[in-house]
Amino acid sequence: MVNEQAIAARTASIKTKGQQKQQVACDTDSVAGAVSQRACVYSGARVVLNPITDAVHLVHGPIGCASYTWDIRGSLSSGSELYRNSFSTDLQEEDVIFGGEKKLVSSIDELVSKYQPELVFVYSTCIVGVIGDDLQAVCKAAEKKHNIRIIPVQSSGFAGNKSAGYRAACDALLKIMPNEGPVEQKGNTVNYLGDFNLAGEIWIIKDYLKRIGIEVNATFTGDSSYRTLQRAPQAALNIMQCAGSMAYLAQRMEDIYAIPYLRVSFLGLTDTAASLRSIAASFSDPMLAHRTEALIATETATINRQLEAYRTKFKGKKAAIFVGGGFKAISLIKQFRELNIEVVMIGTQTGKQEDYAVMQELVNDGTVILDDANPAELEKFMVEKGANILVGGVKERPLAYKLGVAFIDHNHDRKHPLSGFVGAVNFAQEVYSTLCSPVWHYV
Amino acid sequence: MLECTPQTITERSAGKINPAKTCQPIGAMYAALGIHKCLPHSHGSQGCCSYHRMHLTRHFRDPIMATTSSFTEGACVFGGGANLKTAIKNVFAIYDPDVMAIHTTCLTETIGDDIPSIISSAEIPAGKLVIHTNTPSYVGSHITGFANMTKGMVNYLAESDGKPKKEQVNLLPGFVNPGDMLEIKRLVKAMGIKFIMFPDTSGVVDSPMTGEYVMYPSGGAKVEDIRDSGNSKLTLALGSFASTDPAHQLERKCKVPALTLKTPIGIKATDELLMALRQSFVQEIPAELATERGQLVDVMTDTHFHFHGKKVAIFGDPDVVIALTEFVLSLGMVPIHVLTGTPGNAFEKKVNAMLLEAGVSARVKAEGDLFELHQWLKHEPVDLLIGNTYGKYIARAEDIPLVRIGFPVLDRSVHSYLPVVGYKGAMRIIEMISNALLDRADRDAKDEDFELVM
Repeated sequence: MVNEQAIAARTASIKTKGQQKQQVACDTDSVAGAVSQRACVYSGARVVLNPITDAVHLVHGPIGCASYTWDIRGSLSSGSELYRNSFSTDLQEEDVIFGGEKKLVSSIDELVSKYQPELVFVYSTCIVGVIGDDLQAVCKAAEKKHNIRIIPVQSSGFAGNKSAGYRAACDALLKIMPNEGPVEQKGNTVNYLGDFNLAGEIWIIKDYLKRIGIEVNATFTGDSSYRTLQRAPQAALNIMQCAGSMAYLAQRMEDIYAIPYLRVSFLGLTDTAASLRSIAASFSDPMLAHRTEALIATETATINRQLEAYRTKFKGKKAAIFVGGGFKAISLIKQFRELNIEVVMIGTQTGKQEDYAVMQELVNDGTVILDDANPAELEKFMVEKGANILVGGVKERPLAYKLGVAFIDHNHDRKHPLSGFVGAVNFAQEVYSTLCSPVWHYV
Repeated sequence: MLECTPQTITERSAGKINPAKTCQPIGAMYAALGIHKCLPHSHGSQGCCSYHRMHLTRHFRDPIMATTSSFTEGACVFGGGANLKTAIKNVFAIYDPDVMAIHTTCLTETIGDDIPSIISSAEIPAGKLVIHTNTPSYVGSHITGFANMTKGMVNYLAESDGKPKKEQVNLLPGFVNPGDMLEIKRLVKAMGIKFIMFPDTSGVVDSPMTGEYVMYPSGGAKVEDIRDSGNSKLTLALGSFASTDPAHQLERKCKVPALTLKTPIGIKATDELLMALRQSFVQEIPAELATERGQLVDVMTDTHFHFHGKKVAIFGDPDVVIALTEFVLSLGMVPIHVLTGTPGNAFEKKVNAMLLEAGVSARVKAEGDLFELHQWLKHEPVDLLIGNTYGKYIARAEDIPLVRIGFPVLDRSVHSYLPVVGYKGAMRIIEMISNALLDRADRDAKDEDFELVM
């Protein structure tokens, strides 16, 4: 169905391990006219900032950008629920002609008086840049007037892809913290970057760290609030899971506050254990390592028993992976291996060179690796490689189902926590419930 | 989540809180999917296309295919012509649709891309079609976008051969589910009348599972049929907001008389549809439809005491809300809050006229949002809320049962396959409403009031 010649135009972004020497081309703009699974700058900024629970997230633009992002993140809160509302300036034709600043000012005034937030984010969308609204000036004046933080997020949709939005979000986050360092840092404390508390995943990791003897100071950005983010510079270490969205922030915090950072991943047994060990090793307290080993031993013992049953059932099954960023893709390869499942296709929307190098290392010969894949390519390679299950996001789900392929949402629509040891079991359970469902017998 | 909605209603001058509408392009994308072998194309940033596909995917639970011009900073400064031309080339080379249906976005409208002249200077393979419509996101709503793309179909495709009009009817279904389009077609087929429906998303976004992925499923209005719509003797525009504009355009272009009816939800609106068809095509209402209607009336009489005097709030898209308001009135219910997010005075006028006739006083508003609806409900509570999935926050905060009808429904399935239109659809709505009310009565009943027979 798909024109082979056309796929040829994207050969630089697709490779099969063991067949070509060159690296997968990534981090490039999508081809115009492609059914890209990618999104825009605004979307990147919004997904990173939206989990900040007690902020008013005001989208400056026509209604759509606010409608489509209304409470779709799936990140949970232990406090305020304000972030789950949808606020938009709902720009109309006359605003586009005469400028939207006046409307933005009134919107901010009304929202501040209604909800009394300590923090407001104002997101710019595509047309804001074009019609020339001065977001910076409006926010600055409003900050003065209301005596709260009102932070502009420079996220005009066309100014790059989702990654540019992550960066815009990080810039906004930096504005919340005091702009000078270093700050006096507390002992065994970390900030946890790049977890958005989907299905409460942060709470699981927080609990592990507490048991080891490490306190989580601030989380970026799942279940965070204005006050917790403000005190982020007090942590001794930043641990970072989703590097795609947070690497820039981690680097900046190292520059400004001299807080070192460590890459971690809590997906799957291998990576969870390795991450806990490297966190413990970053502190001079020898008791930490001791308690870490104890925790890993207890948790793995219970979990290995539960996983063993699944491993037998999954023998010989093949998986395809298409997720947003690199870290998740890498962890999933290992996690599927723990479950006796071979990965035959892997790709991301916004993975970086170094991510693809790691993936390339990890996968078996013959595995297809691809960047910014379109549905036609996903279909082609899933069928060709005989994948039994696809891991992806919203748009990939029905595609997999139509092919009679099982599916797991490893994105915003996940309903069970997939992090940590307990997450590894949940993951296996989810794989089992879709892969071994009787519905596939009727295809 | 809504615990901080204040009860005091203050005049708001700017912006929306918890919107009851979304932007034009998604409506245009959905309409374009209603052409057979058509690939919608979003001329703008990547995010628009991604959001629309995601939203439609969540509602229909089917793959939604569309392409994007993938705007960059450069395209924004120098205009999107080059991107669109490349896109046109790539779309036909890679995805090989019969039709590419371009809609604009707020960005490309604001920078002023002239789509027709870009199309006319693009390379389009022989036998392939490119159509377009302008869908500035800062005007109207997703319903306006649906109407605009339908109008685009008329502009580009409909033709009159100048001969006497054929004994066939054009049906513009409006922004409804494929299950509804299928049901409307079944009714007209049962009348024995030849018809052309466009757009027609049945068989596209409700395609069957075969184990194979088909990029262009078998459904959708055929181009030759849309072309032939210029030769029909009548156009029925179902729903004034989504269908009147394109119907009038067809009237202007091909002299096909247009008649606007309500979206056929409920007994009265369905009667009106069948009567209009009978009148124009001198056909008898077939026995099977008469039986269906009789059964519906039977169900209405069997259950009317459950409904009588119950207060309802209805929100959603204007055509659907207008028809639903009429239907709940015919059941003896009292719609006291009626709201749409889509702008347009006609909404308030139509709803108020129905309420006046029924002697009901209510709050009615176009271009409202769900924050406002919630405030109304705090002032005057209801027994039932009818609307899309976004109503669930209010339903939870105020402990009101919610019946999900409209777009989008993101948290329940099957809805897109089954109709709410026609007599069968009306029966289904009655089932949904009475289940919701009676489940609530059972839940709340004291032991001594808990009854087996209801």
